[in-house]
Amino acid sequence: MITQMLFRALDRKAIWLVVALVFIAVAIPVANLAIPEGNPLHLPNYMVPLLGKYLNYALLALALDLVWGYCGILSLGHAAFFALGAYAMGMYLMRQIGARGVYANPVLPDFMVFLNYQDLPWFWHGFDLWWFAFLMVLFVPGLLAFAFGWFAFRSRVTGVYLSIITQAMTYALLLAFFRNDLGLGGNNGLTDFKDILGFNVQAATTRAGLFAASALALALAVIICSAIVNSKLGKVMVAVRDGESRTRFLGWRPENVKLFAFVVSAVLAGIAGALYTPQVGIINPGEFDPANSIEAVIWVAVGGRGTLIGPIIGAVLVNAGKSVFTGAFPDFWLYCLGGLFIFVTLFMPKGIVGLFQKLKPRKGKEASSAAEAGEDPSTLPQPKPVPEPAE
Amino acid sequence: MATRILTLIAFLLALALTPLPAVAQEDFAAQINALGPGSFADRTKAMDVLVATGDERVPPVLQALSDGNLYIRESDGKVVIASKAAGGLQLTDPVDGADLGVLPSGELEKIKTNNGLRGKIRTAIGKLTLLSPDQPTRLSAAQSVLKNADPAMLELLDQAISAEADPGIKSTMQMARALIVLKTDAALEDKRAAVDLVVAQNNRAAQTVLRNTLDTAPDELKPTIAAGIDSIGRTLAVWDVGQNLLYGISLSSVLLLAAIGLAITFGVMGVINMAHGEMVMLGAYTTYVTQLVIQSVAPGLMEYSLAFAVPAAFLITALVGIGIERGIIRWLYGRPLETLLATWGLSLVLQQLVRTIFGPTNKLVQPPQWMSGTFELWNLSFTWNRLWIIVFAIAVFIALQIILNRTPLGLQMRAVTQNRRMASAMGIRTPFVDAMTFGLGSGIAGMAGVALSQIDNVSPNLGQGYIIDSFMVVVFGGVGNLWGTLIGAVSLGVANKFLEPYAGAVLAKIAILILIILFIQRRPRGLFALKGRAIES
Repeated sequence: MITQMLFRALDRKAIWLVVALVFIAVAIPVANLAIPEGNPLHLPNYMVPLLGKYLNYALLALALDLVWGYCGILSLGHAAFFALGAYAMGMYLMRQIGARGVYANPVLPDFMVFLNYQDLPWFWHGFDLWWFAFLMVLFVPGLLAFAFGWFAFRSRVTGVYLSIITQAMTYALLLAFFRNDLGLGGNNGLTDFKDILGFNVQAATTRAGLFAASALALALAVIICSAIVNSKLGKVMVAVRDGESRTRFLGWRPENVKLFAFVVSAVLAGIAGALYTPQVGIINPGEFDPANSIEAVIWVAVGGRGTLIGPIIGAVLVNAGKSVFTGAFPDFWLYCLGGLFIFVTLFMPKGIVGLFQKLKPRKGKEASSAAEAGEDPSTLPQPKPVPEPAE
Repeated sequence: MATRILTLIAFLLALALTPLPAVAQEDFAAQINALGPGSFADRTKAMDVLVATGDERVPPVLQALSDGNLYIRESDGKVVIASKAAGGLQLTDPVDGADLGVLPSGELEKIKTNNGLRGKIRTAIGKLTLLSPDQPTRLSAAQSVLKNADPAMLELLDQAISAEADPGIKSTMQMARALIVLKTDAALEDKRAAVDLVVAQNNRAAQTVLRNTLDTAPDELKPTIAAGIDSIGRTLAVWDVGQNLLYGISLSSVLLLAAIGLAITFGVMGVINMAHGEMVMLGAYTTYVTQLVIQSVAPGLMEYSLAFAVPAAFLITALVGIGIERGIIRWLYGRPLETLLATWGLSLVLQQLVRTIFGPTNKLVQPPQWMSGTFELWNLSFTWNRLWIIVFAIAVFIALQIILNRTPLGLQMRAVTQNRRMASAMGIRTPFVDAMTFGLGSGIAGMAGVALSQIDNVSPNLGQGYIIDSFMVVVFGGVGNLWGTLIGAVSLGVANKFLEPYAGAVLAKIAILILIILFIQRRPRGLFALKGRAIES
């Protein structure tokens, strides 16, 4: 009864979030394009892709929150899904360059001509069609997540072990994508994009359009995630998070629930990556860096995991802070980021959202205690693992 | 080791003796100038005198004479070595190698030679170098004979072989001899004996020699030579396996050093310390600072700076580790994922701190003499620093086993990790033991940093390169068991080096990562999994 009320309330929050995102999707392009320069409400051109980038990161954080905050899987490899989506989009954008490259080869991208490729590698076929490329943006990260999750969850790899092997996965991909003979541009990655769907990527109108697409994609993701976490499945996800063995004993199949959440999350991360590539103008193997995955985790932790708005707030705030700090005091940023990791885990286990919840007057003692029990596994007394001594 | 010290002493002696007395210098100059005037007979006599000195400066002069590059300066009758240059000939003093400027060829007189003299010169040079007391000179002379295979050297070579004590140089000389015999029109039996001798050397150089002779050899010998190439190839394949194994063990020792501290904190305590790599980095920087201090306080001890750096690194990183445990980690026990994030943040702060203090560039850590260079054992080549790191890794492993199994602290550590509340009830100060355990793990990481500073760049990013590998080792080996870590490190290191020749370094690493991911699916708790209900946390 009380939890139902809670979930309904959360649903209302999600609707407000969607409305706000749609408003941003309209307002920012208007502020950039329609309001003339000199007006205090005018948004300069360079800000649009920057804000768009924050929204892509927010989508990545939301995807991570779905698995970590709701399902208890701390993935340190979500950068891999993000980067795979980004590469799929990058391949489409490379094919759109056509004969306008430096070597003017109508089929082969510049780096392939440079590396003496004769034919297009088989996996590059089809990426000249936008619908195929967009399908791959969803399909490739989803497939990797499915294959990885299928094996990992079935053999009950959990907790820290799972975190470490997801990190190994993205590290292996990082090494692989740095190789020139993979046929994806080696360490230079893919860049020099010209068109997307026939529009010039550099143009202010296209950038505004991409921003709107990022905001709408985020809004859509909020709706999807809200629908998932408010469904019966969502409740099972939370149950798996808080007591996997108990859920299993009750007759559920935790591995299937986890697999579902993992795949959906990977696809969302892939979409974030695909929107990221045209706005930033380059995709290189550095995006696979395990450090990026861990940074994304801190966005979620700062904002507040186990909520839908938390990761979005966290991602935007941390990245805005990063932009300001790396510009003003470049040496100071790592201290801030590192300090943030320590501070948030020690003193703000529920993030910014948790802080606001504390400040708000409580409706009733029962409701809040139920919310705490449902939302934060870290406060639950957990038995300490008891390993045997070293022999 | 002993030979190295002897070489070192010999080298130092040679340095001390280099400034020859002025009288000897003048004598030598006169002896060289005697090459100039007179008949061929006089020249031969002067040459014999020079050869008799056994001076290392003689061979270049004789070579110049043989090549027609030795001249007399007409102004003072001095003998000089000349080479072509713009506006005449560039002159070099044969006595001290000084640059004597450029003179037009009209002011110089070429010292003439004939074929008889040239033959004598060749033998003289060969004698001076092949029979030289200096080992590297002999080796390079033997190698040059092997390359040219000049039949005139045969007699001298026989003489040198019988006098040679060093097995490596002797084998090169014997191969050169065999090559010469095959070139001359010696009897078939001699040639067969020569081929057999080369085959008996059974190493890569012998294989190359046989390949080179295959075309010119008489038809009767060709099957023997071909069989010899094959048999050496088979031996070499076995040696390659041995060499790979050695490289693998070397990599394993590095992995073991980097991972063993983590095996304590992660395996025994269950704490995920992402700042573990930074402890290694701090250890490497401690080595650097120790060397700076020793350089300024007692430069004579530079050779033994590592002996100071190891305990210093252990103490400093152990203190930092205890500080981390008391300040951060103890608030996060039972929340492994939060510990992971907090220590990751800490690693960023530590990296940036080191970058602020020492700068972002690589720091140079001087390797001591006894750790530099390579040596060869049978057909395996190895560097001294790698060998010492293997020894060090084994020593650390044994010391750790003793601490855990034979000391009161080790007993308390095991008690706390098995049952914290029971241990506490028995009067063990569990917070103290936690701090000590973490300090021990961190201190060992610091000692690993001292070793890694010898083979890796000492930079703020040093630790990042090891953190994923270390976790792989610990996870693969299974937690809570140091033997698992040892076996994990050895199998990953050796597997990596065996895959490398076939797949290349990067692909081998990717393959290993994928193998570990698959392995974890089969055995989610590693190679040496703990059994029982305790692990189902």
